[in-house]
Amino acid sequence: MVELIVIILLAAGIFFMLTGAIGLLRFPDFYTRLHATGKCDTLGEVLIIAGLLIYHIFVYSPGADISVQLVPVKLLFLIVFIFLANPTGTHALMKAAYNTGLKPWKKGDARM
Amino acid sequence: MSAKAGNGFGILVTFCAMLLFWLLLSGIFDALHVGAGIICSAIVALISHDLLVAEKGEKVLSKSFKFFIYLWWELWQIILANFDVAYRVLHPKMPIDPVIIEFETTLRSDFALVTLANSITLTPGTITINIDPEKGKFQVHAIAQAPADALMVDKTMQSKVADVFMEQ
Repeated sequence: MVELIVIILLAAGIFFMLTGAIGLLRFPDFYTRLHATGKCDTLGEVLIIAGLLIYHIFVYSPGADISVQLVPVKLLFLIVFIFLANPTGTHALMKAAYNTGLKPWKKGDARM
Repeated sequence: MSAKAGNGFGILVTFCAMLLFWLLLSGIFDALHVGAGIICSAIVALISHDLLVAEKGEKVLSKSFKFFIYLWWELWQIILANFDVAYRVLHPKMPIDPVIIEFETTLRSDFALVTLANSITLTPGTITINIDPEKGKFQVHAIAQAPADALMVDKTMQSKVADVFMEQ
């Protein structure tokens, strides 16, 4: 049962990471590509970490040393920092591109 | 930073948070490691307590509680955003029509502005480009007209964030 949940979480995470990568290749310009990577990577990474977290709690944690028991806490911190850092980084890239004068792609334009 | 008492409280809160963080990350509880943790937390608390505990600490509890509820709504929006992007990426015709929009909000404090900016970036089809903190003005890149309208017309997210930080 635990394995099933973990597999679903990991598969969903991989699906979103893959979607982000496909979007990076298919979308026409810098700004729209950031849409693909900025969102899909965040949820993809968080889902993969959540899967690892559940696996660790049910498989390694019972009866283990305190330092092993604390690993899920560290994974939780990782999730929090990804949620904070990923949108901030996406915004920083977006702002840098906009301030240097890169023109956004409009519908009907050629790919950049 | 008006009174010295408030200053000491900020240092104490920062020290406790840093020490807790240290203990959770280290997981070793002998004298050497805990002692090093206490010294490092004290140094960090003395130098940078004003980063963690802002100058005005009014209604922190009710704000944190509302923020916690807001987080769950935000999490749901993130999942919707990912399906939205996945649909746009995998659709053969790629239904995208990017626009750049601007709007003003009533938010002024740093934390509220950062929360709204990160929320916009994480929710369907929109990324924050620029913020003007003095006017609470946001510049947003939207991947199509529908997500832009959600910010310009409905203003659901702005009112939710304004409600959390009580800055209507």
